[in-house]
Amino acid sequence: MNAASVPTTSAASPAISVQSLCLALATGETVVDDVSFEVPRGEILGVVGESGSGKSTVALALLGYTKPGIVVRHGSIDVGGERILGRDPREVRRLRGKVVSYVPQDPGGALNPSLRIGATILDVLRAHRTSPLDDDAVPSALGRVELDGHFAQRYPHQLSGGQQQRVVIATATVCGPPVAVLDEPTTGLDVLTQDRILRELKRLREEEQMAMVFVSHDLAVIARMADRVLVMYAGRVLEHGPAEEVIDHPRHPYTQALVAAIPDVHAPRTLRGIPGVSVGVGEWPEGCAFAPRCRHQVESCHRALPELVFARPDHSVRCFRWEDVAGAERVPAGTRSEIEASASDDLLTVTHLEACYRRGRAEQTAVHDVSFTIGRGQCVALVGESGSGKSTIGRCIVGLHHPSGGVIAFDSRPLAAAARARPLEQRRRIQIVFQNPYQSLNPRQRIGSAIERPLRVLRRLSHDDAEREVGGLLERVRLPAGVAKRFPSELSGGERQRVAVARALAAQPDLLICDEITSSLDVSVQAAVLELLQDLRRDLHLSMLFITHNLGVVASVADTVLVMERGSLCETGAVDEVLSAPTNAYTRSLLQAAPSLTEAAVAG
Amino acid sequence: MTGRLRFLRTPSGAIGIGILTCVLLVAFVGPYLAPHSPTAVIGAPLSGASGHAPLGTDFLGRDVLSRLLYGGRSVIGLALAATALAYLIGMTIGLIAGYSRSVVDPILMRTVDVMLAFPPLLFLLVLIAGTGQSRTVMVVGVAIILAPGISRIVRTATQEVAVRGYVEAAVARGERPPAVLLREVVPNILAPVLVDVGLRFTFSILIVASVNFLGLGLQPPSSNWAVMISENRQYISLNWLSVVAPAAMIAILTIGVNLTGDAIARSLGRSYTPSTTRGVVTA
Repeated sequence: MNAASVPTTSAASPAISVQSLCLALATGETVVDDVSFEVPRGEILGVVGESGSGKSTVALALLGYTKPGIVVRHGSIDVGGERILGRDPREVRRLRGKVVSYVPQDPGGALNPSLRIGATILDVLRAHRTSPLDDDAVPSALGRVELDGHFAQRYPHQLSGGQQQRVVIATATVCGPPVAVLDEPTTGLDVLTQDRILRELKRLREEEQMAMVFVSHDLAVIARMADRVLVMYAGRVLEHGPAEEVIDHPRHPYTQALVAAIPDVHAPRTLRGIPGVSVGVGEWPEGCAFAPRCRHQVESCHRALPELVFARPDHSVRCFRWEDVAGAERVPAGTRSEIEASASDDLLTVTHLEACYRRGRAEQTAVHDVSFTIGRGQCVALVGESGSGKSTIGRCIVGLHHPSGGVIAFDSRPLAAAARARPLEQRRRIQIVFQNPYQSLNPRQRIGSAIERPLRVLRRLSHDDAEREVGGLLERVRLPAGVAKRFPSELSGGERQRVAVARALAAQPDLLICDEITSSLDVSVQAAVLELLQDLRRDLHLSMLFITHNLGVVASVADTVLVMERGSLCETGAVDEVLSAPTNAYTRSLLQAAPSLTEAAVAG
Repeated sequence: MTGRLRFLRTPSGAIGIGILTCVLLVAFVGPYLAPHSPTAVIGAPLSGASGHAPLGTDFLGRDVLSRLLYGGRSVIGLALAATALAYLIGMTIGLIAGYSRSVVDPILMRTVDVMLAFPPLLFLLVLIAGTGQSRTVMVVGVAIILAPGISRIVRTATQEVAVRGYVEAAVARGERPPAVLLREVVPNILAPVLVDVGLRFTFSILIVASVNFLGLGLQPPSSNWAVMISENRQYISLNWLSVVAPAAMIAILTIGVNLTGDAIARSLGRSYTPSTTRGVVTA
């Protein structure tokens, strides 16, 4: 495709060539096992996998860098015609930025906060140029990522997350390296910003014929960007082939499961998480590492490691049963599960809500004239980009933020502004689960006592009764009872979020507010948490306010959707109607920006 | 792994506790082993080390070793009491200021700033002049000097922790502020607050010694390492042991306290949020 149109490209000299790369911890455990791939000029390779799959380790190795404690066992890496491994570290350092550059996940951490943007870009230029610099070198570098020249005078903290990431991309491409490595460059950005960054990257690829390695846990983003896809699990390549092939006809059960876990705005359906947790380094089982979580496992999977075999000339897969599996349904057929809700009977009514934040003397409006209702058993999604005020609404409802106007009524009775001013019953019946799983549990308390607290405070149970209920609550969120004795640091992000849900359920609430609870989780874990919430909703007749920026998630969980733009509601309605025929321009732009497997070809 | 005592497994924790134990043994068992009374004149002033007086005699001819063995208790007791009281005051002020989002915060913190503006020694001298000399005045005075610095650190740490989900969950449950602070906030700010406990402990010894030097602290003839240093200071060339021995004891005590404090703070910090996980969640 693209490669064919470039005369300089020949099959003999790909921009990136990695041959049987094997990385290990200094203590001996293998981290990356026998990874090989090639990327021609002007192509994007998507590397996808859950946390701990070794994808970032491979990405960093392309720059000749390994995290402390990781050593290269064998293999070769050639980037832009230069051998990377086995070279003098000083020489490799000179190649970085000039031949291969890196865009990390967290742009805030990648930019020196005490240097102006211009100085950061100049640093890279000075390190690699021998001739005197043009005066317009910096403005033109910024221009390539569509930032105005005056950004050079600003400091990183004066920029938004998306602008910071664009600056990082500008510094990464300013010396015109033929290869760029991007490690989750848009994770943590909202859909609209993500959309702009992805467009930017595609344009740079077209204009400069760069080869890119794009690492992400989100197959929908990969689908939009990549020409070829490499699926990794437990340090090994499980599937490797052209993007459309891998996504439309996944051969490996793991790829199929990843596809099934991705919420899709355009094809709403019940999500299915991958059971179990991703294996860590040193825990790899004998045989196929994915076998314990695989739906198609047979006995032989546990005994021997399958070889990477070619399913088609350019599509390889590491599975004994790929021929049987490939025939199976690509995406589980299940459509969105409907849960009966009586929208007529209102549980929560918000009328003309106003809220603001104080910044010094100035007051900044966060929420302006917002009215909506949540019926019993209903799931209402609140959507908008970061800073649109959606979290503030959730905080007003639970009594953590004092509204400056309007009324919130619960079960026809107005709620006091502060949680402490509300009667016990109201506090018990409204519960919230927060966004950040790493901060939602007290690191100094065992899981058991975290869950006991609402039982004792809100349901006035005795210590012994509370302790007895903990096991059942953990079971509800599908965690073993033994977790009660652990500390949060011993749990994964997804497990912590389940505990946070269990803590909320302990109060036996009628209304559960979920504030971006899956936004920091891997897609496979997100699917499992959403699956759990759907089951809980059905079993416990919970009403939910689901705050998110991910329209795909909205499509699979919510009945009604409220779209927020800069503090006001700009569109409300039933999910099916809003998502299929949005009337508001902002909703339309959100929809267009949402990465989707089905629309991948169109959006690209 | 073994809960609260896991800091002992680290080298600095083990060494720190070892040193502390030795110093505490000297201070509290020492008096029973002393060859002479700490106040008795046993020979010529400032004579060198001999079999009769292993560390020589001080400027009045008293046995340096005996005074050293007797002199730990009051130094450690005073400094410990003063540091503990300082943390109690500082933590209370810092927690209230950091947690309240009202005018209470600026009022408390400006008061603290005014306290910080006083030269510590001058403050203590004025206090002693006004209320008379006693151990209680010393302890309270030193605590008041140390508290403002502690309260500033506690306030900042509290503000950082107060916005976390587990604190907000407790607020949303309607728990009372003291319960929220003690259960959810305090355990999670101990690591940054305890790192310089050793430093503050040392500083309180220093203040006690300085006040003594000006003749307003603990009165001779009572034995005290700090008093020993200040009273023999000018005669260091005649019997250097009379100054170096108590100084070395204070130094060893300080090192022990600092190593232990570091190890505890680090073991508390280990279960903190790894910083690498913060990037994912900015959306």
